[in-house]
Amino acid sequence: MKINLRRSLSLAIGLTALGATLISAAEVEKFFDRQGNLVVQEKVEKYKRRADEGTSYPVPPPPFSDGIFPCSDCHAGMEPDPERRELVGMHADIILDHAEGQRWCLDCHNLNDRDSLRLVNGDLIPFTESYLLCGQCHGDKLRDWKVGIHGKRTGYWNGEKQYLLCAHCHDPHSPSFKPLAPMPPPIRPENIRREAAPVAPVPH
Amino acid sequence: MCNDSKCDKQAFQKSRRKVLKGLAAGIGVLALPAPDAAASVWETFFQKHFRELTRDELKKVLARLESNYSKEFGQQVSVKATPPIEGVKFGYGLDLSRCIGCRRCVYGCVTENNQSREPQIQWIRVLQLDKEKGVSLEHAKHYYNPPEVPTEGHFYMPVQCQQCENPPCTKVCPVQATWMEKDGIVVVDYNWCIGCRYCMAACPYGARHFNWAKSKLPKEELNPNTHYLGNRPRPTGVVEKCTFCIQRTREQPGRYPACEEVCPVGARKFGNLLDPKGEIRYLIENKRVFILKEDLNTQPKFFYFYAT
Repeated sequence: MKINLRRSLSLAIGLTALGATLISAAEVEKFFDRQGNLVVQEKVEKYKRRADEGTSYPVPPPPFSDGIFPCSDCHAGMEPDPERRELVGMHADIILDHAEGQRWCLDCHNLNDRDSLRLVNGDLIPFTESYLLCGQCHGDKLRDWKVGIHGKRTGYWNGEKQYLLCAHCHDPHSPSFKPLAPMPPPIRPENIRREAAPVAPVPH
Repeated sequence: MCNDSKCDKQAFQKSRRKVLKGLAAGIGVLALPAPDAAASVWETFFQKHFRELTRDELKKVLARLESNYSKEFGQQVSVKATPPIEGVKFGYGLDLSRCIGCRRCVYGCVTENNQSREPQIQWIRVLQLDKEKGVSLEHAKHYYNPPEVPTEGHFYMPVQCQQCENPPCTKVCPVQATWMEKDGIVVVDYNWCIGCRYCMAACPYGARHFNWAKSKLPKEELNPNTHYLGNRPRPTGVVEKCTFCIQRTREQPGRYPACEEVCPVGARKFGNLLDPKGEIRYLIENKRVFILKEDLNTQPKFFYFYAT
Protein backbone atom coordinates (compact mmCIF):
# COMPACT_ATOMS: atom_id res chain seq x y z
CA MET A 1 0.00 0.00 0.00
CA LYS A 2 2.75 2.34 1.03
CA ILE A 3 4.83 1.50 -2.01
CA ASN A 4 1.84 2.00 -4.27
CA LEU A 5 1.20 5.39 -2.77
CA ARG A 6 4.81 6.41 -3.18
CA ARG A 7 4.86 5.21 -6.74
CA SER A 8 1.70 7.04 -7.67
CA LEU A 9 2.99 10.14 -5.94
CA SER A 10 6.19 10.11 -7.96
CA LEU A 11 4.17 9.48 -11.09
CA ALA A 12 1.98 12.45 -10.30
CA ILE A 13 5.01 14.66 -9.71
CA GLY A 14 6.52 13.50 -12.96
CA LEU A 15 3.35 14.23 -14.88
CA THR A 16 3.06 17.66 -13.32
CA ALA A 17 6.63 18.49 -14.27
CA LEU A 18 6.00 17.29 -17.81
CA GLY A 19 2.82 19.31 -17.98
CA ALA A 20 4.62 22.38 -16.67
CA THR A 21 7.31 22.14 -19.34
CA LEU A 22 4.64 21.71 -22.02
CA ILE A 23 2.73 24.70 -20.76
CA SER A 24 5.82 26.86 -20.41
CA ALA A 25 6.75 25.96 -23.98
CA ALA A 26 3.32 26.99 -25.18
CA GLU A 27 3.22 30.11 -23.10
CA VAL A 28 6.14 31.90 -24.70
CA GLU A 29 5.26 33.97 -27.73
CA LYS A 30 7.80 35.47 -30.09
CA PHE A 31 7.08 38.19 -32.60
CA PHE A 32 8.53 41.31 -34.14
CA ASP A 33 7.05 44.57 -33.00
CA ARG A 34 6.45 47.53 -35.28
CA GLN A 35 10.00 48.80 -34.80
CA GLY A 36 11.34 45.44 -35.94
CA ASN A 37 12.63 44.29 -32.54
CA LEU A 38 12.14 40.70 -31.50
CA VAL A 39 9.79 40.45 -28.56
CA VAL A 40 9.63 37.33 -26.39
CA GLN A 41 6.78 37.40 -23.96
CA GLU A 42 4.40 35.17 -22.11
CA LYS A 43 1.51 34.13 -24.24
CA VAL A 44 -1.90 35.14 -23.00
CA GLU A 45 -4.78 32.85 -23.89
CA LYS A 46 -6.97 35.49 -25.47
CA TYR A 47 -9.76 33.36 -26.82
CA LYS A 48 -11.63 30.83 -24.72
CA ARG A 49 -12.06 27.34 -26.08
CA ARG A 50 -15.60 26.62 -27.18
CA ALA A 51 -17.69 23.52 -27.48
CA ASP A 52 -17.69 23.27 -31.27
CA GLU A 53 -14.01 24.01 -31.65
CA GLY A 54 -12.39 21.68 -34.13
CA THR A 55 -15.32 22.01 -36.48
CA SER A 56 -13.80 24.24 -39.05
CA TYR A 57 -15.61 26.71 -41.21
CA PRO A 58 -12.89 27.83 -43.61
CA VAL A 59 -13.46 31.47 -44.50
CA PRO A 60 -11.49 34.02 -46.50
CA PRO A 61 -10.02 36.96 -44.55
CA PRO A 62 -12.65 39.33 -43.14
CA PRO A 63 -13.60 42.17 -45.51
CA PHE A 64 -11.89 45.02 -43.69
CA SER A 65 -11.74 48.47 -45.25
CA ASP A 66 -8.25 49.27 -46.51
CA GLY A 67 -5.72 49.87 -43.75
CA ILE A 68 -8.26 49.65 -40.94
CA PHE A 69 -6.93 46.47 -39.32
CA PRO A 70 -5.31 45.89 -36.88
CA CYS A 71 -7.33 48.43 -34.97
CA SER A 72 -4.65 48.54 -32.30
CA ASP A 73 -2.41 50.42 -34.74
CA CYS A 74 -4.33 53.53 -33.75
CA HIS A 75 -6.15 52.45 -30.63
CA ALA A 76 -3.12 51.15 -28.71
CA GLY A 77 -2.09 54.59 -27.61
CA MET A 78 -5.60 55.89 -26.99
CA GLU A 79 -7.45 56.11 -23.75
CA PRO A 80 -10.52 53.85 -24.04
CA ASP A 81 -13.73 55.79 -23.57
CA PRO A 82 -16.65 53.54 -22.62
CA GLU A 83 -19.15 56.35 -22.74
CA ARG A 84 -21.96 55.92 -25.23
CA ARG A 85 -21.74 58.74 -27.73
CA GLU A 86 -22.00 59.86 -31.33
CA LEU A 87 -18.62 59.46 -33.03
CA VAL A 88 -17.07 62.48 -34.70
CA GLY A 89 -14.04 62.48 -36.96
CA MET A 90 -12.82 58.90 -37.29
CA HIS A 91 -15.49 56.24 -38.04
CA ALA A 92 -18.11 58.96 -38.52
CA ASP A 93 -18.78 57.41 -41.95
CA ILE A 94 -20.25 54.34 -40.27
CA ILE A 95 -23.97 54.75 -39.98
CA LEU A 96 -25.47 52.09 -37.79
CA ASP A 97 -28.61 50.71 -39.41
CA HIS A 98 -28.86 47.55 -37.36
CA ALA A 99 -31.08 47.86 -34.30
CA GLU A 100 -29.32 51.15 -33.70
CA GLY A 101 -31.66 52.18 -30.89
CA GLN A 102 -30.59 49.21 -28.83
CA ARG A 103 -26.85 49.12 -29.28
CA TRP A 104 -23.72 50.97 -30.11
CA CYS A 105 -20.08 50.21 -31.05
CA LEU A 106 -18.92 48.59 -27.84
CA ASP A 107 -21.72 46.06 -27.73
CA CYS A 108 -19.79 44.10 -30.36
CA HIS A 109 -16.35 45.73 -30.46
CA ASN A 110 -14.19 45.21 -27.43
CA LEU A 111 -13.22 48.17 -25.26
CA ASN A 112 -9.76 47.12 -24.15
CA ASP A 113 -8.60 45.12 -27.15
CA ARG A 114 -9.96 46.52 -30.40
CA ASP A 115 -8.51 43.69 -32.46
CA SER A 116 -11.13 41.34 -31.05
CA LEU A 117 -14.88 41.22 -30.97
CA ARG A 118 -16.79 40.64 -27.79
CA LEU A 119 -19.73 38.33 -27.19
CA VAL A 120 -22.44 39.31 -24.72
CA ASN A 121 -21.06 36.87 -22.19
CA GLY A 122 -17.76 38.73 -22.25
CA ASP A 123 -15.82 36.16 -24.30
CA LEU A 124 -13.46 37.56 -26.88
CA ILE A 125 -13.44 36.21 -30.42
CA PRO A 126 -11.26 37.03 -33.43
CA PHE A 127 -12.77 38.78 -36.44
CA THR A 128 -12.38 35.53 -38.38
CA GLU A 129 -15.07 33.97 -36.17
CA SER A 130 -17.47 36.87 -36.28
CA TYR A 131 -20.31 34.48 -37.17
CA LEU A 132 -20.44 33.58 -33.49
CA LEU A 133 -21.20 37.20 -32.71
CA CYS A 134 -23.95 37.45 -35.32
CA GLY A 135 -25.33 34.10 -34.23
CA GLN A 136 -26.11 35.46 -30.77
CA CYS A 137 -29.24 37.07 -32.20
CA HIS A 138 -29.54 35.26 -35.52
CA GLY A 139 -29.26 31.75 -34.16
CA ASP A 140 -31.43 30.21 -36.86
CA LYS A 141 -29.26 31.73 -39.57
CA LEU A 142 -26.09 30.50 -37.88
CA ARG A 143 -27.53 27.00 -37.68
CA ASP A 144 -28.43 27.08 -41.39
CA TRP A 145 -25.09 28.63 -42.30
CA LYS A 146 -23.15 25.85 -40.62
CA VAL A 147 -24.89 23.19 -42.73
CA GLY A 148 -24.51 25.30 -45.86
CA ILE A 149 -28.11 26.38 -46.32
CA HIS A 150 -27.82 30.06 -45.42
CA GLY A 151 -25.23 31.92 -47.42
CA LYS A 152 -22.95 31.05 -50.23
CA ARG A 153 -20.75 28.01 -49.93
CA THR A 154 -18.33 27.08 -52.68
CA GLY A 155 -15.65 24.49 -53.24
CA TYR A 156 -16.44 20.81 -53.69
CA TRP A 157 -19.82 19.24 -53.09
CA ASN A 158 -18.09 16.04 -51.95
CA GLY A 159 -14.94 17.64 -50.60
CA GLU A 160 -13.64 20.74 -48.93
CA LYS A 161 -15.95 23.66 -48.78
CA GLN A 162 -15.31 27.34 -48.55
CA TYR A 163 -17.62 29.41 -46.37
CA LEU A 164 -18.08 33.14 -46.29
CA LEU A 165 -18.37 35.22 -43.13
CA CYS A 166 -21.70 36.97 -42.57
CA ALA A 167 -19.82 40.23 -43.10
CA HIS A 168 -18.77 39.24 -46.63
CA CYS A 169 -22.35 39.68 -47.83
CA HIS A 170 -23.91 41.79 -45.07
CA ASP A 171 -22.30 45.00 -43.89
CA PRO A 172 -22.51 44.43 -40.12
CA HIS A 173 -23.43 48.07 -39.57
CA SER A 174 -26.17 47.96 -42.21
CA PRO A 175 -26.84 44.33 -42.93
CA SER A 176 -29.67 44.25 -45.46
CA PHE A 177 -28.46 42.88 -48.80
CA LYS A 178 -27.97 45.71 -51.27
CA PRO A 179 -29.74 45.63 -54.68
CA LEU A 180 -27.70 44.73 -57.77
CA ALA A 181 -27.90 45.62 -61.43
CA PRO A 182 -29.32 42.61 -63.29
CA MET A 183 -27.45 41.11 -66.22
CA PRO A 184 -29.04 41.51 -69.68
CA PRO A 185 -32.37 39.79 -70.34
CA PRO A 186 -32.52 37.08 -72.99
CA ILE A 187 -33.17 38.07 -76.61
CA ARG A 188 -36.84 37.79 -77.49
CA PRO A 189 -37.47 34.96 -79.96
CA GLU A 190 -38.90 37.36 -82.54
CA ASN A 191 -35.62 39.29 -82.50
CA ILE A 192 -33.28 36.36 -82.82
CA ARG A 193 -33.41 36.09 -86.62
CA ARG A 194 -33.78 39.77 -87.40
CA GLU A 195 -30.88 40.95 -85.29
CA ALA A 196 -27.74 40.11 -87.20
CA ALA A 197 -25.85 41.63 -84.34
CA PRO A 198 -22.16 40.87 -83.87
CA VAL A 199 -21.41 38.45 -81.08
CA ALA A 200 -21.23 40.41 -77.88
CA PRO A 201 -18.76 39.06 -75.32
CA VAL A 202 -20.45 37.53 -72.33
CA PRO A 203 -20.44 40.12 -69.56
CA HIS A 204 -18.55 39.08 -66.48
CA MET B 1 -48.75 -15.73 -124.38
CA CYS B 2 -49.72 -12.16 -123.85
CA ASN B 3 -51.22 -9.57 -126.01
CA ASP B 4 -49.19 -6.54 -126.78
CA SER B 5 -50.73 -4.07 -124.44
CA LYS B 6 -50.43 -6.42 -121.45
CA CYS B 7 -46.76 -7.13 -122.20
CA ASP B 8 -46.08 -3.47 -122.51
CA LYS B 9 -47.65 -2.83 -119.17
CA GLN B 10 -45.55 -5.52 -117.48
CA ALA B 11 -42.41 -4.27 -119.10
CA PHE B 12 -43.23 -0.77 -117.96
CA GLN B 13 -43.92 -1.91 -114.41
CA LYS B 14 -40.64 -3.77 -114.25
CA SER B 15 -38.68 -0.84 -115.50
CA ARG B 16 -40.52 1.55 -113.17
CA ARG B 17 -39.58 -0.59 -110.20
CA LYS B 18 -35.98 -0.62 -111.33
CA VAL B 19 -35.94 3.13 -111.74
CA LEU B 20 -37.42 3.65 -108.29
CA LYS B 21 -34.92 1.26 -106.76
CA GLY B 22 -32.07 3.02 -108.46
CA LEU B 23 -33.41 6.37 -107.39
CA ALA B 24 -33.69 5.27 -103.76
CA ALA B 25 -30.17 3.89 -103.78
CA GLY B 26 -28.94 7.08 -105.38
CA ILE B 27 -30.59 9.27 -102.76
CA GLY B 28 -29.21 7.01 -100.08
CA VAL B 29 -25.72 7.47 -101.44
CA LEU B 30 -26.27 11.22 -101.51
CA ALA B 31 -26.96 11.14 -97.79
CA LEU B 32 -23.56 9.60 -97.11
CA PRO B 33 -20.58 11.86 -96.59
CA ALA B 34 -18.72 12.79 -99.75
CA PRO B 35 -16.16 10.11 -100.68
CA ASP B 36 -13.32 12.55 -100.26
CA ALA B 37 -14.50 13.64 -96.78
CA ALA B 38 -12.01 13.41 -93.93
CA ALA B 39 -11.78 10.07 -92.15
CA SER B 40 -13.23 11.62 -88.98
CA VAL B 41 -16.42 12.50 -90.84
CA TRP B 42 -16.90 8.86 -91.81
CA GLU B 43 -16.10 7.77 -88.26
CA THR B 44 -18.66 10.22 -86.89
CA PHE B 45 -21.20 8.97 -89.40
CA PHE B 46 -20.80 5.35 -88.34
CA GLN B 47 -20.34 6.04 -84.61
CA LYS B 48 -22.42 3.82 -82.34
CA HIS B 49 -24.81 5.01 -79.64
CA PHE B 50 -22.87 6.28 -76.62
CA ARG B 51 -24.07 3.49 -74.37
CA GLU B 52 -23.12 0.80 -76.87
CA LEU B 53 -19.54 1.93 -77.26
CA THR B 54 -16.92 -0.41 -75.88
CA ARG B 55 -14.16 1.09 -73.80
CA ASP B 56 -11.75 1.15 -76.73
CA GLU B 57 -14.29 2.63 -79.08
CA LEU B 58 -15.14 5.33 -76.55
CA LYS B 59 -11.46 6.18 -76.22
CA LYS B 60 -11.21 6.57 -79.97
CA VAL B 61 -14.34 8.72 -80.11
CA LEU B 62 -13.04 11.01 -77.36
CA ALA B 63 -9.65 11.30 -79.03
CA ARG B 64 -11.30 12.15 -82.35
CA LEU B 65 -13.47 14.83 -80.75
CA GLU B 66 -10.53 16.27 -78.84
CA SER B 67 -8.46 16.60 -81.96
CA ASN B 68 -11.36 18.10 -83.92
CA TYR B 69 -12.19 20.66 -81.24
CA SER B 70 -8.56 21.50 -80.58
CA LYS B 71 -8.12 22.22 -84.28
CA GLU B 72 -11.32 24.25 -84.47
CA PHE B 73 -10.67 26.37 -81.39
CA GLY B 74 -6.90 26.61 -81.62
CA GLN B 75 -6.27 25.32 -78.10
CA GLN B 76 -6.05 22.04 -76.22
CA VAL B 77 -9.60 20.86 -75.52
CA SER B 78 -10.23 17.86 -73.30
CA VAL B 79 -13.34 15.71 -73.70
CA LYS B 80 -14.04 13.40 -70.78
CA ALA B 81 -16.66 10.73 -70.34
CA THR B 82 -16.43 10.45 -66.57
CA PRO B 83 -19.01 7.85 -65.44
CA PRO B 84 -21.47 8.43 -62.56
CA ILE B 85 -20.16 8.05 -59.02
CA GLU B 86 -21.54 5.04 -57.15
CA GLY B 87 -24.11 5.90 -54.47
CA VAL B 88 -24.75 9.40 -55.74
CA LYS B 89 -28.01 10.91 -56.92
CA PHE B 90 -27.70 14.60 -57.54
CA GLY B 91 -30.24 17.03 -56.17
CA TYR B 92 -30.54 20.78 -56.36
CA GLY B 93 -32.06 23.32 -54.04
CA LEU B 94 -33.01 26.91 -54.82
CA ASP B 95 -33.95 29.33 -52.08
CA LEU B 96 -36.76 31.53 -53.39
CA SER B 97 -36.58 33.74 -50.32
CA ARG B 98 -33.02 34.70 -51.29
CA CYS B 99 -32.97 34.92 -55.10
CA ILE B 100 -32.91 38.55 -56.27
CA GLY B 101 -33.17 37.85 -60.01
CA CYS B 102 -29.75 39.24 -60.97
CA ARG B 103 -29.19 36.61 -63.72
CA ARG B 104 -25.58 35.96 -62.70
CA CYS B 105 -26.39 32.25 -62.87
CA VAL B 106 -27.57 32.52 -66.48
CA TYR B 107 -24.27 33.91 -67.71
CA GLY B 108 -22.17 31.78 -65.37
CA CYS B 109 -23.82 28.79 -67.03
CA VAL B 110 -23.34 30.13 -70.56
CA THR B 111 -19.58 30.57 -70.04
CA GLU B 112 -19.05 27.25 -68.27
CA ASN B 113 -21.12 25.19 -70.67
CA ASN B 114 -20.09 26.71 -74.00
CA GLN B 115 -23.59 27.73 -75.04
CA SER B 116 -24.02 29.44 -78.38
CA ARG B 117 -23.79 33.23 -78.05
CA GLU B 118 -25.44 33.88 -81.39
CA PRO B 119 -28.08 32.62 -81.91
CA GLN B 120 -28.44 32.93 -78.18
CA ILE B 121 -28.97 29.79 -76.09
CA GLN B 122 -29.38 30.01 -72.32
CA TRP B 123 -30.14 27.00 -70.14
CA ILE B 124 -31.42 29.06 -67.21
CA ARG B 125 -34.44 31.33 -67.49
CA VAL B 126 -35.15 33.65 -64.57
CA LEU B 127 -38.81 34.46 -64.05
CA GLN B 128 -40.04 37.56 -62.30
CA LEU B 129 -43.23 36.83 -60.40
CA ASP B 130 -45.66 39.00 -58.48
CA LYS B 131 -45.65 38.55 -54.73
CA GLU B 132 -49.40 39.11 -54.79
CA LYS B 133 -50.00 36.26 -57.20
CA GLY B 134 -47.40 33.80 -55.95
CA VAL B 135 -45.96 31.09 -58.19
CA SER B 136 -48.35 31.77 -61.04
CA LEU B 137 -46.48 31.09 -64.25
CA GLU B 138 -48.96 32.87 -66.51
CA HIS B 139 -47.96 36.10 -64.79
CA ALA B 140 -44.24 35.44 -65.11
CA LYS B 141 -42.01 37.94 -66.86
CA HIS B 142 -38.79 36.82 -68.56
CA TYR B 143 -37.54 40.07 -70.03
CA TYR B 144 -37.54 42.34 -66.98
CA ASN B 145 -34.65 44.78 -67.03
CA PRO B 146 -34.82 47.43 -64.29
CA PRO B 147 -31.65 49.29 -63.22
CA GLU B 148 -31.58 47.30 -59.99
CA VAL B 149 -33.09 44.10 -58.68
CA PRO B 150 -35.03 43.05 -56.68
CA THR B 151 -37.89 45.41 -57.43
CA GLU B 152 -40.78 46.16 -55.12
CA GLY B 153 -43.51 43.55 -55.01
CA HIS B 154 -41.65 40.90 -56.99
CA PHE B 155 -39.82 37.69 -56.37
CA TYR B 156 -37.72 35.67 -58.77
CA MET B 157 -37.64 32.06 -59.82
CA PRO B 158 -34.85 30.70 -62.00
CA VAL B 159 -36.00 27.72 -64.05
CA GLN B 160 -33.66 25.21 -65.66
CA CYS B 161 -33.72 21.46 -66.26
CA GLN B 162 -35.38 19.93 -63.23
CA GLN B 163 -33.58 16.60 -63.76
CA CYS B 164 -36.84 14.70 -63.40
CA GLU B 165 -36.75 11.21 -61.97
CA ASN B 166 -39.65 10.43 -64.31
CA PRO B 167 -38.57 12.47 -67.33
CA PRO B 168 -41.13 12.93 -70.11
CA CYS B 169 -38.43 14.13 -72.52
CA THR B 170 -36.53 10.86 -72.65
CA LYS B 171 -39.67 8.82 -73.27
CA VAL B 172 -40.57 10.60 -76.49
CA CYS B 173 -37.15 10.40 -78.10
CA PRO B 174 -37.57 8.14 -81.16
CA VAL B 175 -33.88 7.19 -81.23
CA GLN B 176 -33.08 7.06 -77.50
CA ALA B 177 -30.53 9.82 -77.85
CA THR B 178 -31.47 11.15 -74.40
CA TRP B 179 -31.71 9.23 -71.14
CA MET B 180 -31.29 9.48 -67.39
CA GLU B 181 -27.91 8.45 -66.01
CA LYS B 182 -27.43 6.49 -62.76
CA ASP B 183 -26.65 9.68 -60.84
CA GLY B 184 -29.95 11.15 -62.00
CA ILE B 185 -28.63 13.52 -64.65
CA VAL B 186 -30.65 13.57 -67.87
CA VAL B 187 -28.18 13.72 -70.74
CA VAL B 188 -28.16 13.95 -74.53
CA ASP B 189 -25.81 12.15 -76.94
CA TYR B 190 -25.33 14.99 -79.42
CA ASN B 191 -23.88 12.58 -81.97
CA TRP B 192 -27.00 10.41 -81.86
CA CYS B 193 -29.67 13.14 -81.69
CA ILE B 194 -31.55 13.55 -84.96
CA GLY B 195 -32.96 16.96 -84.04
CA CYS B 196 -36.67 16.09 -84.17
CA ARG B 197 -37.30 18.23 -81.06
CA TYR B 198 -39.97 15.92 -79.66
CA CYS B 199 -38.20 16.21 -76.30
CA MET B 200 -38.55 19.97 -76.35
CA ALA B 201 -42.27 19.60 -76.85
CA ALA B 202 -42.48 17.04 -74.05
CA CYS B 203 -40.56 19.05 -71.46
CA PRO B 204 -42.99 21.02 -69.27
CA TYR B 205 -40.22 23.34 -68.06
CA GLY B 206 -38.86 24.70 -71.35
CA ALA B 207 -35.50 23.37 -70.33
CA ARG B 208 -34.34 22.00 -73.67
CA HIS B 209 -32.83 24.17 -76.38
CA PHE B 210 -32.19 23.60 -80.05
CA ASN B 211 -29.11 24.52 -82.03
CA TRP B 212 -30.78 26.22 -84.97
CA ALA B 213 -27.52 27.42 -86.48
CA LYS B 214 -23.80 26.87 -86.17
CA SER B 215 -23.07 28.22 -82.73
CA LYS B 216 -20.94 31.32 -82.64
CA LEU B 217 -18.64 30.74 -79.74
CA PRO B 218 -15.57 33.00 -79.63
CA LYS B 219 -12.39 30.90 -79.44
CA GLU B 220 -11.08 32.72 -76.40
CA GLU B 221 -14.34 32.15 -74.52
CA LEU B 222 -14.35 28.38 -74.93
CA ASN B 223 -14.18 26.37 -71.72
CA PRO B 224 -11.74 23.62 -72.74
CA ASN B 225 -12.67 21.32 -69.85
CA THR B 226 -15.55 19.39 -71.41
CA HIS B 227 -17.58 16.22 -71.05
CA TYR B 228 -18.98 14.13 -73.91
CA LEU B 229 -22.50 14.32 -72.47
CA GLY B 230 -22.17 17.88 -71.29
CA ASN B 231 -20.51 21.07 -72.38
CA ARG B 232 -18.49 20.00 -75.42
CA PRO B 233 -19.19 22.23 -78.43
CA ARG B 234 -22.46 21.12 -79.99
CA PRO B 235 -23.10 20.48 -83.66
CA THR B 236 -25.96 22.21 -85.47
CA GLY B 237 -29.38 20.57 -85.35
CA VAL B 238 -29.22 18.92 -81.93
CA VAL B 239 -30.93 19.56 -78.60
CA GLU B 240 -29.03 20.54 -75.47
CA LYS B 241 -29.85 21.12 -71.82
CA CYS B 242 -28.55 21.62 -68.30
CA THR B 243 -26.48 18.68 -67.04
CA PHE B 244 -25.79 19.89 -63.48
CA CYS B 245 -22.34 20.76 -64.88
CA ILE B 246 -21.52 17.09 -65.42
CA GLN B 247 -17.93 17.99 -66.29
CA ARG B 248 -17.44 19.43 -62.78
CA THR B 249 -19.71 17.48 -60.50
CA ARG B 250 -18.68 13.96 -61.52
CA GLU B 251 -15.09 14.52 -60.50
CA GLN B 252 -13.53 13.38 -57.22
CA PRO B 253 -13.66 15.84 -55.52
CA GLY B 254 -16.41 17.39 -57.60
CA ARG B 255 -16.80 21.11 -57.85
CA TYR B 256 -20.17 22.73 -57.37
CA PRO B 257 -22.06 23.62 -60.58
CA ALA B 258 -21.18 26.98 -62.11
CA CYS B 259 -24.58 28.51 -61.28
CA GLU B 260 -24.16 27.58 -57.62
CA GLU B 261 -20.68 29.04 -57.54
CA VAL B 262 -21.61 32.35 -59.13
CA CYS B 263 -24.81 33.11 -57.19
CA PRO B 264 -24.11 36.27 -55.15
CA VAL B 265 -26.81 35.60 -52.57
CA GLY B 266 -26.12 31.92 -51.93
CA ALA B 267 -29.62 30.91 -53.03
CA ARG B 268 -28.39 27.81 -54.87
CA LYS B 269 -27.65 24.52 -53.14
CA PHE B 270 -26.33 21.32 -54.62
CA GLY B 271 -25.49 17.90 -53.28
CA ASN B 272 -26.10 14.20 -53.04
CA LEU B 273 -29.70 13.24 -52.34
CA LEU B 274 -28.57 9.89 -50.96
CA ASP B 275 -26.35 11.49 -48.30
CA PRO B 276 -28.53 11.81 -45.17
CA LYS B 277 -26.17 14.45 -43.74
CA GLY B 278 -25.95 16.48 -46.96
CA GLU B 279 -27.35 19.94 -47.49
CA ILE B 280 -30.08 18.81 -49.88
CA ARG B 281 -31.52 16.34 -47.41
CA TYR B 282 -31.27 18.96 -44.68
CA LEU B 283 -33.27 21.49 -46.64
CA ILE B 284 -35.89 18.94 -47.70
CA GLU B 285 -36.34 17.85 -44.11
CA ASN B 286 -36.21 21.26 -42.43
CA LYS B 287 -37.47 23.86 -44.88
CA ARG B 288 -40.66 24.54 -46.77
CA VAL B 289 -40.08 22.92 -50.14
CA PHE B 290 -42.04 22.82 -53.35
CA ILE B 291 -41.39 21.32 -56.74
CA LEU B 292 -42.48 22.90 -59.97
CA LYS B 293 -45.57 21.45 -61.68
CA GLU B 294 -45.79 18.65 -59.15
CA ASP B 295 -49.13 17.56 -60.64
CA LEU B 296 -47.39 16.30 -63.78
CA ASN B 297 -45.65 13.56 -61.80
CA THR B 298 -42.32 14.33 -63.41
CA GLN B 299 -40.67 13.98 -59.98
CA PRO B 300 -38.02 16.68 -60.31
CA LYS B 301 -34.79 16.48 -58.33
CA PHE B 302 -34.81 20.28 -58.25
CA PHE B 303 -36.29 21.63 -55.03
CA TYR B 304 -37.42 25.20 -54.57
CA PHE B 305 -37.48 26.14 -50.92
CA TYR B 306 -37.93 29.01 -48.51
CA ALA B 307 -35.17 29.21 -45.92
CA THR B 308 -37.01 31.87 -43.95
